Amino acid sequence: MSQSLLELRNVSMSFGGMRVNDDISFSIGKGERVALIGPNGAGKTTLVNVISGDLTPSQGAVHLAGVDVTALPISDRVDAGLVRTFQITRLFKSLTVAQNVALAVMQRKGLTSNIFSSPIDRPDVRREWERALGTLGIAHLADRQVSQLAYGQQRLLDLAIGLALEPKVLLLDEPAAGVPSEESSKIIEAIDRLPSDIAVLMIEHDMDLVFRFARRVLVLANGKLIFQGDPREVTHHQEVRRAYLGSYADARHAS
Amino acid sequence: MTDRILVNGVSAPRFSVPLELRAVAITLALGALGYTLFPDDLAFLTRLISITLLVLSLDLVTGYCGVATLGHAAIYGVSAYVVGNACLAGHSDPLLLLLVGAVAGALMGLVSGALVTRFRGLPQLVLSIAVGQLIAALANKLSSVTGGSDGLSGISPGRLFGIYAFDMYGRTGYVFSVAVLMVVFVVLLRIVHSPFGLLCQAIKDDSLRARMIGARVYPRLVLMYGLSGVVGGIGGALNAINTGVVGLDSIGFERSAEALVMLVLGGAGSLWGALIGSIVFQVFEHYVSAANPFHWMTMVGALLIAVVLFAPKGLVSLGGLLAGRATYVMRRRP
Ligand SMILES: Nc1ncnc2c1ncn2[C@@H]1O[C@H](COP(=O)(O)OP(=O)(O)OP(=O)(O)O)[C@@H](O)[C@H]1O
Ligand SMILES: [Mg+2]
Repeated sequence: MSQSLLELRNVSMSFGGMRVNDDISFSIGKGERVALIGPNGAGKTTLVNVISGDLTPSQGAVHLAGVDVTALPISDRVDAGLVRTFQITRLFKSLTVAQNVALAVMQRKGLTSNIFSSPIDRPDVRREWERALGTLGIAHLADRQVSQLAYGQQRLLDLAIGLALEPKVLLLDEPAAGVPSEESSKIIEAIDRLPSDIAVLMIEHDMDLVFRFARRVLVLANGKLIFQGDPREVTHHQEVRRAYLGSYADARHAS
Repeated sequence: MTDRILVNGVSAPRFSVPLELRAVAITLALGALGYTLFPDDLAFLTRLISITLLVLSLDLVTGYCGVATLGHAAIYGVSAYVVGNACLAGHSDPLLLLLVGAVAGALMGLVSGALVTRFRGLPQLVLSIAVGQLIAALANKLSSVTGGSDGLSGISPGRLFGIYAFDMYGRTGYVFSVAVLMVVFVVLLRIVHSPFGLLCQAIKDDSLRARMIGARVYPRLVLMYGLSGVVGGIGGALNAINTGVVGLDSIGFERSAEALVMLVLGGAGSLWGALIGSIVFQVFEHYVSAANPFHWMTMVGALLIAVVLFAPKGLVSLGGLLAGRATYVMRRRP
C-alpha cells in the first residue's frame, strides 16, 4: 500500500440526513489513470470536495501518499501535491489569464508573501506560466482579462492553473464538459501528455473519453461505489446498467 | 509579445514610463494644483489628504480583498489619539509622530483584521460596525486620554527636520502631507501589483479557488489589514499633526461610512479610484456645502446615484475608458 498516492478509507458524507457518499474505499497508485463515472447527482463532485478538503467527511479518512490528511486544511493538501479542477469553472475574474496561472506558479514556489517586487516577470516564473498556457494552446490570450474569455477558453485556463501547480495527484471534474470540440481536443491532448508518474482521477460522462483515458473505472450510484475495475467490463455489469437506466428512466419520467 | 510587461493587468510596452514615476508626477501635479486653487485654504487640503489616506487604507481591504467594513475609522481615529498623546507627552518630531501613527494603525489593523476576516458577508459587516462602535465608545469614555467629547487639543508638533515649523498658514503641513501621500501611494502601487497583492485580489474573486492553489487565506487577509492599518494610521497621524486637535468625529461610524462612499464613488479595487473618489467627494462637499449647507447631502446623493448608474465601477472606470481609447488609437498608428 506504500505505492498508493491517494487512498480513501470508508469515506461517508452526509448533508442533513442525506448520504451523498456512502462508505467509499479505493486507492490510486503512482501513474494510474482512473475514471469516476456515475449518473447525475451520484455524489461524484461531493467526493472530490471531500478529497480536496473543501468538505470534511462525516466518516472515514483520506490518505495522501500514506499520510492521513482528513483533518488538514486545503492549502496543506495542495502543498502535498493534491490538485483539483472544477466542474463549474472557478477563476480569478479580475486578473489576466497570465496572472491567474502565474499566481499558481508563485504560490507553489512560495513567492506570494513577497509584498514589494513583481516576480511575475522573473524568468523562471514566466517560463512556467507560459508553458502551462502553451500546453493548452491559450498562450496568445495571456494578457486578456478572464471575463473576456469564451467559456471553452475558461475551461482550458482552469486546467492550466492545475498543471502549473505540478500535481502529484490530479482530480479533474468533467474537464471537457461544455467545451466545444476544437478546444476539448486540446484538453484531451493535455491530459494525455501529463507526466506519467502522477495519479489522475477524472470524472467524465463521455464514455469515449473514459475508454481512451482510463485503465480503471469507478462507478458511483446513489453515493455507493458499485463497481471498480476494467473499463471493458463496465458496460456489461448488471448493477451499473441498472443505475444508468434507472437514472434515464427517472429523467424521462420527470419530463 | 515578449517585449511587453504586465502593468495593471494590461500589457504595456517596456519603454513606457514606469507606474511609480507616473504616480509621483501625478501626486505632485495634484499637490501644485491644489495649492493654486486653494492658496488660502490649505487646512482644507491637508484634511483632504489625511482622509484620502483613510480611503486608500479602506481600499486595500475592501477593494482589494473584498472585506466589507464600516468600522475602518477606528484605525484612523485610534492612531490620531495615540499620536496626539505622544505629542502632548513631548515627542513632537513630526516624522517620529508619523511612525507612531503607522505603528498604532498597524496594531489596530492586525487586531481588527484578525476579528473581522474570520467572517464573510453580512456577519463580517456587522462585526466591523460593532468593533468600530466599541472603539468609539471607548474613546468617549476614556476622557483622560482622549479628552472625551471635548477632544484632545493643544497638539503642537515640532519642526520638520528640525528646520521647518508648522506655520499658521499650513504651508509646511501641506507640503509635508503631499510628500507623505506621494510616498504612500507609490509604495501601495508596488504592493497591489506584488504577488501578495495579486493573491489578495484572487481571494476577493474566489476564496475557495485561492485555497485550491494552496493559498492560506486568513493570514493573508490579516496581513493586508495590518498594511491597511499602517496607511490609515499615517492618515490619522497627519490629522493630529496638522490640525492640532483630535475629536470623536475622527473615530466614529460616520467617518467610516463616508470613507466607503468616497471609495465607491472613485472605484473600489483601484488605488487611483480611491484617490479620485476622495478628492472629488471632498472638493464637491467643500463647494456645495458652502453654497448650500442644508441640501448638500442631497446633491452628494444625486452624484452617487449618477455614478452608480453610469459608471458602476466608479469614476476611475471613466478614466480607464478614455485611456483605453487613447492607447487603442495609438496602437493603431503605424
Ligand atoms: N453542499 C451541499 N449541501 C446539500 N446537498 C448537497 C451539497 N452538495 C451536493 N449536494 C447534493 O448531493 C448530491 C450529489 O451531488 P454531486 O454534485 O456530488 O453529484 P455529481 O455526481 O457530481 O452530479 P453531476 O454529474 O450532475 O455533476 C446531489 O443530490 C446534491 O444536491
Ligand atoms: Mg458533479
